[in-house]
Amino acid sequence: MTARVTRRDFVLGTAATAGALTVAGPRAFAAEATKVGFVYVGPVGDFGWTHGHDLGREAVEHHFGDKVKTTFVENVAEGPDAERVIRQLAAGGHELIFTTSFGFMNPTLRVAKQFPKVKFEHATGYRTAPNVSVYNARFHEGRSVCGTIAGHVTKSGIVGYIASFPIPEVVMGINAFTLAAQKIRPDIKVKVVWVNSWYDPGKEGDGAKALIDQGADIICQHTDSPAPLQTAEARGVHGFGQASDMKAYAPKAQLTAILDDWSDYYVKRTQDVIDGAWTSQSIWWGLKEGMVKMAAYGDAVPDNVRQAADATRDGIVAGTLHPFTGPIKNQAGEVKVAEGATMSDEDLLKMDWYVAGVEA
Amino acid sequence: MAVESTVLVLLTIIGAATPLLFAALGELVVEKSGVLNLGVEGMMLAGAVAAFAVAVTTGSGTLGVLAGTAAGLATAFVFGVLTLTLAANQVATGLALTIFGIGLSALAGAGFVGVPVTPLPKLDIPGLSVVPIVGPLLFGHDAVVYLSIVATVAVAWFLKKTRGGMILRAVGESDISAHSIGYDVIGVRYRAVLFGGAMSGLGGAFLSLSYTPMWVEEMTAGRGWIALALVVFASWRPWRVLAGAYLFGGVTILQLYAQGAGVGIPAQVMSMLPYLATILVLTIIAAGPWKGRLDAPACLGRPFRPST
Repeated sequence: MTARVTRRDFVLGTAATAGALTVAGPRAFAAEATKVGFVYVGPVGDFGWTHGHDLGREAVEHHFGDKVKTTFVENVAEGPDAERVIRQLAAGGHELIFTTSFGFMNPTLRVAKQFPKVKFEHATGYRTAPNVSVYNARFHEGRSVCGTIAGHVTKSGIVGYIASFPIPEVVMGINAFTLAAQKIRPDIKVKVVWVNSWYDPGKEGDGAKALIDQGADIICQHTDSPAPLQTAEARGVHGFGQASDMKAYAPKAQLTAILDDWSDYYVKRTQDVIDGAWTSQSIWWGLKEGMVKMAAYGDAVPDNVRQAADATRDGIVAGTLHPFTGPIKNQAGEVKVAEGATMSDEDLLKMDWYVAGVEA
Repeated sequence: MAVESTVLVLLTIIGAATPLLFAALGELVVEKSGVLNLGVEGMMLAGAVAAFAVAVTTGSGTLGVLAGTAAGLATAFVFGVLTLTLAANQVATGLALTIFGIGLSALAGAGFVGVPVTPLPKLDIPGLSVVPIVGPLLFGHDAVVYLSIVATVAVAWFLKKTRGGMILRAVGESDISAHSIGYDVIGVRYRAVLFGGAMSGLGGAFLSLSYTPMWVEEMTAGRGWIALALVVFASWRPWRVLAGAYLFGGVTILQLYAQGAGVGIPAQVMSMLPYLATILVLTIIAAGPWKGRLDAPACLGRPFRPST
C-alpha cells in the first residue's frame, strides 16, 4: 500500500489532520504493519534522483508485502517546510523515515530529537544521532568511470558539466571525473555551469546548450532531469545519464549512466527495524556494494574504451584504484595530495576546492 | 566566430523566452479584464502534458499543440466557473488551480515519463534558412515561436484598436460602470480567462514539444510564476511583455554562457541577475517620469456580482 502525498497537500491538510494524528499516537497503526516514510526533494517522475529513491521504496514494498506500509511525500522544499513534513510523518506513526536530500539534514536532526523512538535515515548528510543514521553512495566512483570514457571519446578536449550547488558531494564528483579524464587526456578542460537548482529541465538544457556552443563535446550533469543529455543528443555530442538509465532520451548520446540503487539498503534497514536490530550508523557504499552501478555502454563507446572503463570500475571495486590518488593539484597549482597518497573519506566529504583543469 | 556564437546565444534566448511570452500575454489579457488568475503554472503544466501525450500518441506535433492549448483552456474554464459564476476568491482559486494542475499533470503524465517524442519541426524555408546570421535567427524556428510574436501583435492591436478590446479594458477598469451601460461583464471576463488559459497551455506545449521535448513532472519549474511577474513588470502592456520575456530569458541564458566562458563572478550572483534586472527595471518605471502610470486595472482581483 502506498500513500502518495504532495508537499502542498501536506500544507493544506496539516490544519485538519494534525490533531487527529497526535491523538492517535505513533503506535496506533503499527500493530498491523511497520510504517516506513520517505521524504523526497523532487517529484517521483523526475526520472533521476527522486525516481531512484522511489524504486528503492517500491523494492521495500515488494519485499515485505503486507508487513510494511510505505508513505512518501514528494516535492518537499529543503528548509522549514521539510521539518514540518518530517514531523508529520513521525507523528503519524512511521517507525522508520528516510529523508533523501542533503538539505533535509538539520530538519531531520531536529525532528529526531523530538521523536527518540522513531528511526531516521538521512541521505548524503554527515551528522548522525542515536536515532539518525546517514547513508550515502560513492557516486564519484561512477564519475571516475565516466571520466575514463570521456577522456577517450572527447575530440575537442572540452567537457561541459551542468552542476547544481557547490556542496562537497558535487565538487567531489567534478574532481573525480576530471582526474580520471586527465589520466587519458592530460589537457582536458572541464567547464562547469551552475544552474542553482536540482531540477529545472529548461535551465539545465540551456546550460548544456551554452557549454556545447563553447566547444564542449561531452556533457556531464549533476542535476536531476534528462534535459542536458537530451540536448547533447540533439546537438550531436555525447553525455552521461544521471541517477537513471536515460537512454530513452539519448539513444546515441548516452555513453553510460551512473545508477543509484538504494533497494538493498532500504530493505535491509527496514528489516533491522522490524527485528529491533536497528542501530545508528554512517555508511558510504559504492560500486563494490552495488549502491552505485553503471548502465550498459552506449554504441559510441568503442571496445578499447569499454575495456578501459571496465578496468577503472574493477580497480575501484577491488580497492586497487582510489579515485583520489596523488599527485593532485588544485586550480592554483598547489599540490593538495602528495604523490601516491590517497584522500581520506573525511577529507572527501568536506571537499571545497577544485583540481587543476576544472573551470568553475 | 564571434558573430556565429552570438547567433547561437540568441537562438537559445528565443527558446527560453517563448514559453514565458505566451503565458504572460495570456495573463495580461486576463488581468486587463479585471481577473487575477494565479493558476498560470498549473495551466502550463496541463498544456505541457496534454500536448506531449497527444503528440506521442498520434505522432502529430500540430495535434499536440492544439491539445495543449485545449487543455489550458479547459483548466481555465474550471477557474472561470469558480471565480466568475460562483464569485469565489480569485487568489485562492488561482493557487488551487496551480496545485491542481501540478497533481493532475503528474497523474496524467505518469505513463509518459521516459517516452521520446519528435520535437516540433523547424520551419525550413528553402534559400532563407541558410543565409548566414539572419537565416537561423529569423527562419530557423518552429511555427510556435512565430505564433508568439504574432500573438503579441494581435493582443496589442486588439486591446488598443478594437471595440472588443476597449470593452475588455472598461470591464477591467470599472466593472460596475461597464455593467450599467449594458456590457456583459461576466461574459467578457469568461472569454478573457479562456484566452489566458489557451495561451498558458500553448506555452506549456512549447515546453514539452520544443524547448525540452520530453515530459517530466513539474517541468515548468516556476515559469508560470515568472510569467505572472512579467505582466506587472510590463505594466500591463503587450510590447513590454515581449521585452520583459526576452530580457528575463536573455539575462538567464547570458549568465549561463558567462559561467561557461569562465567569467570570474560567483555563480550565485549570476543566478540573481535575471531577478535583479527585473526589479531594477520595475523600480525605474515606478520612479521615473512615468510615475504613477503602472496602470494596474482598477478592478483587478475583485469579484463582480451583478446586482440585478
